[in-house]
Amino acid sequence: MTPILEIEDLTVSFDGFNALNHLSFQMQAGELRVIIGPNGAGKTTFLDVITGKVKPTQGRVLFKGRNLRRYSEDQIARMGIGRKFQTPRVYLNLTVRENLELAVARHKGVFATLFQPLSREERDRLHTLIDTIGLRPKANFPAGLLSHGEKQWLEIGMLVAQSPDLLLVDEPVAGLTDEETHLTGELLVALAESHSIIVIEHDMEFVRQIARTVTVLHEGSVLCEGSIETVQNDPRVIEVYLGAPLEESPSTQQP
Amino acid sequence: MPKLSQFSFPKDRLSGRELIVVAALALILIFLMPPLLPGFRLDLLHRYLALAIVALGIDLIWGFTGLLSLGHGIFFALGGYAIAMHLKLQVPATASSPLPDFMALYGVTELPWFWYPFYSFAFAVAAVVVIPALLGALLGYLVFRNRIRGVYFSILTQAAIIVFFNFFNGQQKLFNGTNGLTDFQTLLGFPVRDAQTQYWFYILTVIFLALAYLLCRWLTMGRFGRLLVAIRDDEARVRFSGYNPTSYKVLVFAISAALAGIGGAFFTLRTGIISPRAMDIAFSIEMVIWVAVGGRASLIGAILGALLVNFARSLLSEQFADIWLFFQGALFLIVVLALPTGIVGWLRTEAPNLIAKLLGRPQPVATYPELEFNPEVQYEREVLQREDK
Repeated sequence: MTPILEIEDLTVSFDGFNALNHLSFQMQAGELRVIIGPNGAGKTTFLDVITGKVKPTQGRVLFKGRNLRRYSEDQIARMGIGRKFQTPRVYLNLTVRENLELAVARHKGVFATLFQPLSREERDRLHTLIDTIGLRPKANFPAGLLSHGEKQWLEIGMLVAQSPDLLLVDEPVAGLTDEETHLTGELLVALAESHSIIVIEHDMEFVRQIARTVTVLHEGSVLCEGSIETVQNDPRVIEVYLGAPLEESPSTQQP
Repeated sequence: MPKLSQFSFPKDRLSGRELIVVAALALILIFLMPPLLPGFRLDLLHRYLALAIVALGIDLIWGFTGLLSLGHGIFFALGGYAIAMHLKLQVPATASSPLPDFMALYGVTELPWFWYPFYSFAFAVAAVVVIPALLGALLGYLVFRNRIRGVYFSILTQAAIIVFFNFFNGQQKLFNGTNGLTDFQTLLGFPVRDAQTQYWFYILTVIFLALAYLLCRWLTMGRFGRLLVAIRDDEARVRFSGYNPTSYKVLVFAISAALAGIGGAFFTLRTGIISPRAMDIAFSIEMVIWVAVGGRASLIGAILGALLVNFARSLLSEQFADIWLFFQGALFLIVVLALPTGIVGWLRTEAPNLIAKLLGRPQPVATYPELEFNPEVQYEREVLQREDK
């Protein structure tokens, strides 16, 4: 079976600095993969390349076997890759419902947007989604009035509304309360049943909640890959991560 | 339960009531204003209604889509020139030369090739709309495809308008240079300067303003309009949602240019002249000020702004000839500093509270998020009630 995402010998350099350095990566359809790595490891650039925001200097990115190099961001999005940004990016002047409406519409061309009302199926999906992300009572609120956590959820909802095959999620729990973090984890695990998902995260507690396979990036390449236990006990990982075992890093300590 | 009216966007569909209001206003303008206003004021009203059509176009690209064009004078002038060229070809039979009068002055003996199609009235009318729209689409495509945005886009529109100004200004033989096209005689056989003909132009201007309003309303009320706002607020996000913003921006820019062209044509018919001065940079900036004063992203605001600012200008410059420019500067400052959402925005948000305060009525308490809608608060209230029992 063709992997859903395959990255071969990928290098991205900005003015001579290699943000990604001969990186190779593979993931099968249906996987929930967590990518961790210290600051500056190239995690966000990694997502930028997959979504077409940055073009590879060298190497290829294959999505379902297709090379993504010659596609623009919107084409890649329509091919089935959805991206959630680190800070919630929703349209603040539009209501929750309107935000989702834009995402749920299958035809994204100018004339479809002008002349084609949402189909019954799209409207049904919209309503299910509003309930899933728990924003039904606020459906007609401008997104600007939502709390940080609610914006995160709305953006995840918009992502799912696009019905992508591959979801890229960048630090979904940054700035959330413990409860919200846990709920977000459950949401992602539930989504993983029908989508392939890449999550970038720092919060090790959260990683342990959702992770099956973890990939560690360091200085633009894959350092190691495996189950959370394998990764945590890998001496190279321990060395690059704070120079200390992951268990004892301050962010993971329970009160 | 509190109403969410102050949050709600303009409605999703055109209500019958709105159509009736638009029609009623148009009828008032057409039938009531001419007998009420002295001829001079009616002349001004006619001009400003033509400018209001331009303002709608500016609102569409700037207020909704966030593209600040400082070069809409190009499209305004092109619309004006298109209709003026047809008018200049109505050479009276008594004239010594079959060419437009100015051409003889510069020793032109043969009509330039591109003037020929303008013999046709239908072509000229189509050109008023199509030439600005095509130019807008072309410029827009080149600029937006290369992802030029924000202040760089504004500077490019300024550069474009200088190019067009110099071109029209320098072509005496083709367009009568600085003097522009003027001294119109007849249109479809009717004397252009006749009061009756001008009244017909006035009626057409009102009708086109109403149509332009309805067009913009239709464009902005549905998913298309939301997408324009989304492009304005976060264009990168729009791309990652699978939309290509370029095609949307090109279409909106072309429509906006066409509206400027229509406004320019009606303005030219009223004033009897179109010259490169319509491509003065200051005039294009004024267009933006009308919209800013009236209220960005409000179509009513754009129309109101164009009428109010221009009437204020004419009243003030009648009384105190020299201070208009200062006043205009002050007006812009006031709007930017005190009324960022313009007059209509202020009326929608702050005016009701102010009036309530002046009348001594209690002001509505704003809670965030509105308690009545917050499920957690509702749940806690239920729990409390149960405990009370």
